[in-house]
Amino acid sequence: MSDPSTASIVSTPPATMPTEAGSGAPTNAGLPENAKKQKPRGLLGDAWRDLRRKPLFWISATFILLFVVMAAFPSLFTSGDAVNGALGRSRVEPSSSAWFGYDVQGRDVYARVIYGARASIVVALLSTILTLLFGGAMGIIAGYRGGWVDAVLSRIADIFFGLPFVLGAIVILTTFNGSGTDNGEWTIMGLVILSLTVLSWPVVMRLMRSSVLATKEADYIVAARALGAGTGRIILKHLLPNCLAPLLVYGTIMVGSFIGAEATLSFLGIGLKSPVVSWGIMISEAQNYIRVSPFLLFFPSAFLVIAVLSFVMLGEAVREALDPKLR
Amino acid sequence: MGRYLLRRLLQLVPVFIGTTFLIYWLVWSVPGDPFAGKCGDRGCPPNYRAMMTEKYHLDDSIWVQYASYMKNLFQGDFGITFGGREISDIIATSYPNTLKLAVVALAIEAIIGLGAGVLTGLRRNGFLDNLVLISTLFLIALPVFVIGFVLQWLLGVKWGIITPTVSNEMRFSELIVPGFVLGSASMAYIARVARTSIAENRRADFVRTAIAKGLPMRRVVGVHLLRNSLIPVVTLLGTDLGALMGGAIITEGIFGINGIGRQVLRAIVTKESATVVGIVVVLVLVYLVMNLLVDLLYAALDPRIRYE
Amino acid sequence: MRVSKRASGALAVGAAFALVASGCSSGNDDGGNASASKDGAIVIDGTQPENPLVPANTTETGGGKIIDWVWSGLVEYPNNGGAPRNLLAESIETSDSKVFKIKIKQNTKFHDGTTVKAESFVKAWNWAAYGPNGAQNASFFADIQGFNDTYTEDPDGPDGPKKAPEPKAKELSGLKVIDDWNFEVTLSAPTAVFPTKLGYSAFMPLPDKFFTMSPAEFGKKPIGNGPVSLVSWQDDVEIKLTRFDDYSLRDKMKIKDVTVKIYQDDTAAYNDLLAGNLDFQQQVPVSSLAGDKWKSDLGERAIQTTIPSTGIIAFPIYDKRFQNPKLRKAISMSINRQEITDKIFFGNRKPADSWANPLTPGAEPGNCTACKFDPTQAKQLLQEAGGFQGKLTLSYNADASHKEWMEAVAQQIKTNLGIDAVAVGVPTFAVFRANINAYKMTGAYRAGWQQDYPDVENWINPLYVTGGSSNDGKYSNPQVDALAKEASAAPSLEEAHKKFAEAVKLIDQDVPTMPIYFSGEQSGHSEKIKKIELTNVGELDITSVEL
Repeated sequence: MSDPSTASIVSTPPATMPTEAGSGAPTNAGLPENAKKQKPRGLLGDAWRDLRRKPLFWISATFILLFVVMAAFPSLFTSGDAVNGALGRSRVEPSSSAWFGYDVQGRDVYARVIYGARASIVVALLSTILTLLFGGAMGIIAGYRGGWVDAVLSRIADIFFGLPFVLGAIVILTTFNGSGTDNGEWTIMGLVILSLTVLSWPVVMRLMRSSVLATKEADYIVAARALGAGTGRIILKHLLPNCLAPLLVYGTIMVGSFIGAEATLSFLGIGLKSPVVSWGIMISEAQNYIRVSPFLLFFPSAFLVIAVLSFVMLGEAVREALDPKLR
Repeated sequence: MGRYLLRRLLQLVPVFIGTTFLIYWLVWSVPGDPFAGKCGDRGCPPNYRAMMTEKYHLDDSIWVQYASYMKNLFQGDFGITFGGREISDIIATSYPNTLKLAVVALAIEAIIGLGAGVLTGLRRNGFLDNLVLISTLFLIALPVFVIGFVLQWLLGVKWGIITPTVSNEMRFSELIVPGFVLGSASMAYIARVARTSIAENRRADFVRTAIAKGLPMRRVVGVHLLRNSLIPVVTLLGTDLGALMGGAIITEGIFGINGIGRQVLRAIVTKESATVVGIVVVLVLVYLVMNLLVDLLYAALDPRIRYE
Repeated sequence: MRVSKRASGALAVGAAFALVASGCSSGNDDGGNASASKDGAIVIDGTQPENPLVPANTTETGGGKIIDWVWSGLVEYPNNGGAPRNLLAESIETSDSKVFKIKIKQNTKFHDGTTVKAESFVKAWNWAAYGPNGAQNASFFADIQGFNDTYTEDPDGPDGPKKAPEPKAKELSGLKVIDDWNFEVTLSAPTAVFPTKLGYSAFMPLPDKFFTMSPAEFGKKPIGNGPVSLVSWQDDVEIKLTRFDDYSLRDKMKIKDVTVKIYQDDTAAYNDLLAGNLDFQQQVPVSSLAGDKWKSDLGERAIQTTIPSTGIIAFPIYDKRFQNPKLRKAISMSINRQEITDKIFFGNRKPADSWANPLTPGAEPGNCTACKFDPTQAKQLLQEAGGFQGKLTLSYNADASHKEWMEAVAQQIKTNLGIDAVAVGVPTFAVFRANINAYKMTGAYRAGWQQDYPDVENWINPLYVTGGSSNDGKYSNPQVDALAKEASAAPSLEEAHKKFAEAVKLIDQDVPTMPIYFSGEQSGHSEKIKKIELTNVGELDITSVEL
């Protein structure tokens, strides 16, 4: 039963070839091209077919691609200097020569926003992925196995959950990245990613565990188990697709908050350091000038919002495509 | 159920010990010397350092320090700060303030987030849906200090609707704006997760059945749909109370609330293990109790989940 | 120097000379209304004192301010920054700058009604100088004869297993009570500046009651002898002060009650000030300084002052790379201080052009030739010094607002000299100072100095003399040491100042540090307050307030 009011661009086209959840293993591997067409498609193939038809998927994917290219080859977008400035043009407003104006140190804001994409996106994406993988795996194990495994894992998560973010981050980052040590850009990024992951996985784990708990007694799981499916198969084929939704939703938003968290770390002097630029650094640098030069805050925030929005939309589209219940 | 509860309560003990030790160890390994910055650019005289080191047993090994800390803790003695204040006093005065703020934030976030989530979940992809999505994402993308600064400036100074800072009495009316600021980041999560959950269950058999039975929509949504969609939302809200309390530091600063945030930060910076552990231990207890409540709520919300 | 404990906020350290800069006594010249003032009450901003309030134990501004109000010392520092004058002292006499005969005013009272006697000073000083008491300000008594007998140091440092040996004496041999109102101080060497130091909070008298209880107990509700007494102190919330009616010295209170409201964030305090919930803020936040917003917000109620405090970047001279004075001079001359104060501090601080802050008595303005901005000469000096290899880090503590100006300095060095200079934030002041104290710095670092007492001596001996208490870069020039020693021992302040001026000339050749800016302070008050003055260090002079 489809919602009559779904009139916007994200609408899910009715699936023409419904497949039962979990039954569609990719059995088409190795078959000739024409044979594939007649076979029932797998979950992923189906999802892809769905995705291809959504304008929103293409819009968000284009934006993300744009940001990824920006992160990889910033010089394609700007010839400006993101690191060096001149105090003489401190806080000069946007104009035709400098589209986004100059910051307090007289650096080109446009160039900085472009160069800032790399650190922001790499840190946010990788920490999100790691957090989802680790927290998700823990959540599945705890939720599915239950009993003492659940108890132990949940209590370990509780311990980590209790750590104040600032304390954990200060310790991890200063221990491995004390002042004076001259770590490269990538080492610091790695450490930032590590601390974000270590300090945020328990939420994902609890979320995953709750989904698994709700799903594992469902009839189709009970049925699969009765049919003699192995634990691995049940988890991968039945549990995961049905529990992924809240996780994906949470994950896409997490990308946004990690960009912000990275800013907090930089602000405390333990995160990314100059000459690395990130949107978070730019936002925290702009905070004292909100009243006189709001454009310093506006441009990095705008990029941040667009990037987060793209990830959320993409996540949404992918989730709808993957979710058998929405067919 | 009773046995489950008992088991969970018993599990609190190892978690308690594990957390306290982990935190004690972390603070202990924060680099820096507690007395290096205490007396300014001049540095503290050696005798002062020697006296403090001896008084707080700072040259003992971490095991000895931790053991004696725990021994005192079980006798109800939280210890004293380097400045000579009873840590139990600090906890007694600052905790209720942070808890009040966090509860207000949680309430605001639950009402707005859940409301937005239900509305958008039922009417997916409409104008309202996209509006809610974008506005909540703005709240996420803008750091708390920006939201707090702007709201305080506009509402408190420009328009004079609220007093810019919260008085020591912590009246509820004063806490609405700080609560909104604190809860703003989580609002989007709640709204999104609720929306997804509602949208999924909207198509579930039991909802179709309920509609087919001819139940009024209000009852379908209120009883069948909402109740079954609440699990992930409740998980988030439950874990969030602790996170809100631990993460209130910036909000507390902006609105001048005498909460635990500043105490923890100050103590981390000065390596006052006893203070950090004392405060965080109580925080961890909140997490644990909330998690337990959430787990019990699962069973109440979803009869398929059983604890034996 | 007292250290500010408010995490955010520009150098919130107090220190200033009066209000001459912006219509000083603010608004009405006719002062306030006497009857409104008489029972008047104000609320001002403050920070939570770190320790119980014992004068010899207070080294930060939050508690220091309260101590300055609750106590009155032998001498006071006039608000206009001039030479100190007697307050509680009737006279301080010396013939050789070694033995000082101090006579105090008779029958002044502590807040508990007991009388302030010569003994109140001698006992207080002996307590602070006795090593095992661990007073944070103990080093202020090092001039007095017998200090080495009362203050013994741990032979292997505080971390070592050994303990400091029991001091030989319990009391300073250089202190002698003559009668109730007279006492004599003998120093171990002539020190002309000694009387000037006596206004610093470490030298305050203590009532007999102090010695009957623990310092922690006393410090929660301290008994002083100043114009106000402390009524109550609610941690992290407020400290209430009230007029001491038996006060008989010059600076009596004109209003009755003062509440110090404790803030953790200066923007919160500022917004309270604008909303009329706060009557005075010593330093308005950076966010209001940008674009001079605070002046339009506050109008006539904005107060701009200068304070005897200098922002400095120091070199670790113990590091091989920084041992060439020409290199240090080159770096210093590549910094455009004017541009930094204009663009980063919005003209609220002034470019440094002398070694000691010019507000300090005895300091000469404009004697820092290395402070001039001259990129051409800087490049040439750098070439003569053989260039600079590798990365030049400029460290600062990230828990206060130093990032902007340190980055600006790094950028200028990079642009003007081509050195790969980068500003590096260290998370906390504690970690930052720990590295500096351990002589582990591998690059230049931020320092700051605010005078403890108004004399140029305080700008030379601690900073540039071998073994000086804050000579963290291990700068050492025997000629400077000799001149400074002569200067300190000179029979009169004038002669001392002359000698110090000679020493400064040598320092100027060596460039051990780079003075960057002279601090300013931007305060604001409410409409209720009609007359107000700031002290020489920029703290509120609460006795001047009229409503």
